Amino acid sequence: MKVIKYLLVGFVFGIVLTKSEAVSWYRIYEMFQFQSFHMYGIIMTAVGTGIIGIQLIKRKNLKDIKGLAIEIQDKEQGSTRYWVGGLFFGFGWALVGSCPGPIFILLGAGFWSVGIVLFGALLGTYLYGVLKDKLPH
Amino acid sequence: MNIIFQTWPWYVSGFLIGMIMLSLIYFGKTFGMSSNLRSLCSMAGLGKRVAFFDFDWKAQRWNLVVVLGAMLGGFVAVQFMSDPSNVAINPKTIAQLAQLGIDAPNGKLMPDALFGPDIFSSPKTILILLIGGVLIGFGTRYAGGCTSGHAITGLSNLQIPSLKAVIGFFIGGLIMAYLLFPLIF
Repeated sequence: MKVIKYLLVGFVFGIVLTKSEAVSWYRIYEMFQFQSFHMYGIIMTAVGTGIIGIQLIKRKNLKDIKGLAIEIQDKEQGSTRYWVGGLFFGFGWALVGSCPGPIFILLGAGFWSVGIVLFGALLGTYLYGVLKDKLPH
Repeated sequence: MNIIFQTWPWYVSGFLIGMIMLSLIYFGKTFGMSSNLRSLCSMAGLGKRVAFFDFDWKAQRWNLVVVLGAMLGGFVAVQFMSDPSNVAINPKTIAQLAQLGIDAPNGKLMPDALFGPDIFSSPKTILILLIGGVLIGFGTRYAGGCTSGHAITGLSNLQIPSLKAVIGFFIGGLIMAYLLFPLIF
């Protein structure tokens, strides 16, 4: 059960992202052209659900599956890394229409050309690892 | 059984994505897809050369299992739950894409012009996909997260850094869509 639950969550995630078409290059293009509410609706509903859930967890001190207090780490403070890193990711997101989750989902679905995107993403991650200490954060 | 084959409405999909994020929190983990890219680099042994990849990736194995599940989910959804009515995007978008030489969806998730089998003989398209990937990998690690880690998890937890990152994602996306697309295609 320990591992299966992660497989199951991932499985549902893969189905939802495919059936909502959030993995589709077309949907991302349409979103950036402001020609559909679909993607905005998905993101806003997900965040709305998340805000309610996390507030419940915090206010009721809910425990996790092991009975331990749930602690959600705050993101590190800062600005440059978020603005600049975000900008770079935005370029890539609009160009190839996928974020990291969909890259894997599309590969699983048999879109082999997305393998080039994955290879690029690993290369980009490596590049960040090499340059990390020279970049402003 | 229309519900299986039709495009799932945004409010159903968004709610389920929120619940997926909350399930991982309940399991004592966090929802973040791009950190798997770092784990994969570490698995490949890059930790010997670059300190950033010298960490205990085995502690992140659960997340790689999520990825494996997501791949299976994508396979099942495309193979057994698809319908020609899918990806019914705005007709205006279709007309605009036609001007860029990009084919209409007609039920497909991805345009053949960018992801079809013919692209392996087009150096330009291969380069576009490769550069797009590099931007995604570099940008997500620099910003410390992607759509799942910042837009969904971070915003749900009311994190200002995540809001900055998400605004950055959109500014970058808009620059690409409006200024760079016409130069590339």
